Amino acid sequence: MLVRPKPGILDPQGEAVQSSLRQLGFAVEDTRIGKVVDLELRVDDPERARAELERMCEQLLANPLIESFEITVSPE
Amino acid sequence: MTATEPKPRIGVVVFPGSNDDRDAAHALAGLGAEPAPVWHAEAALPEVAAIVLPGGFSYGDYLRCGAIARFAPVMDAVSKFAAEGGLVLGICNGFQVLCEAGLLPGTLRPNASLSFVCRDVALRVERADTPFTSRCEPGQRLTIPVKHGEGCYFADEVLLAELEAAGQIALRYEENPNGSTADVAGVVNEAGNVFGLMPHPEHAVDPLLGSSDGALVLGSLVESARARLLAAA
Repeated sequence: MLVRPKPGILDPQGEAVQSSLRQLGFAVEDTRIGKVVDLELRVDDPERARAELERMCEQLLANPLIESFEITVSPE
Repeated sequence: MTATEPKPRIGVVVFPGSNDDRDAAHALAGLGAEPAPVWHAEAALPEVAAIVLPGGFSYGDYLRCGAIARFAPVMDAVSKFAAEGGLVLGICNGFQVLCEAGLLPGTLRPNASLSFVCRDVALRVERADTPFTSRCEPGQRLTIPVKHGEGCYFADEVLLAELEAAGQIALRYEENPNGSTADVAGVVNEAGNVFGLMPHPEHAVDPLLGSSDGALVLGSLVESARARLLAAA
């Protein structure tokens, strides 16, 4: 799961990293920092897994007021 | 307070990582309450007239401040207590927990300055008719310290308009230390029985500490809790 600040939400961490990247000489225009949550599920149906991951994001992993999330399911 | 007035029992929740629980208990005791520590793993609250969620770094602030603490067993009991009209005060991390738990609107984000702020701030009382500010005058200026890295209150335009219209912004910064939307320092819920603020009133209850304005906030809570105790008797 990829959880990140919604567009328009101030991201001070992204700003700090951007200013460091610029000091290194990279012409960075915009920097946003989110987080990745990797987890393993023992579920046969990928669609069921996705639905469960969505509930996890809604209930805990993301704060819907300020964060959006994306889910990627990769079967083993 | 006279000797015949009852001492309201006020629960102070202790999460792993709370660090202002004893300061809060000390301040409440000095203001005429009987503080009672409540461990986060308790499924039920003791008999209390009010609940305080103290400052600190519950569960190491993992994921988001307050995000894990809201799932502590005691929080179900706190939510039930609040739903029944019980007085709940969240200070700093306690404010973050109340927002994550959905007991207060909005959320707290990392400070816009990127810096941890630890200093006295000037506040303006917007609402002096809540159980948490009844000892203040409307518009009164209070000096109370803040100490936080994630105290930037965020509400989107729609929510902010609702809060303004309902008069839920009880305290504002005179000089914004963290980038909070609309200088919000403290918010009450719609029913007026749950209040959260980033400044630490428990650190400002004695002139020796630089200010005793925090006693106006905590003293209001103690007085309101006592009034409820007497009304129930």
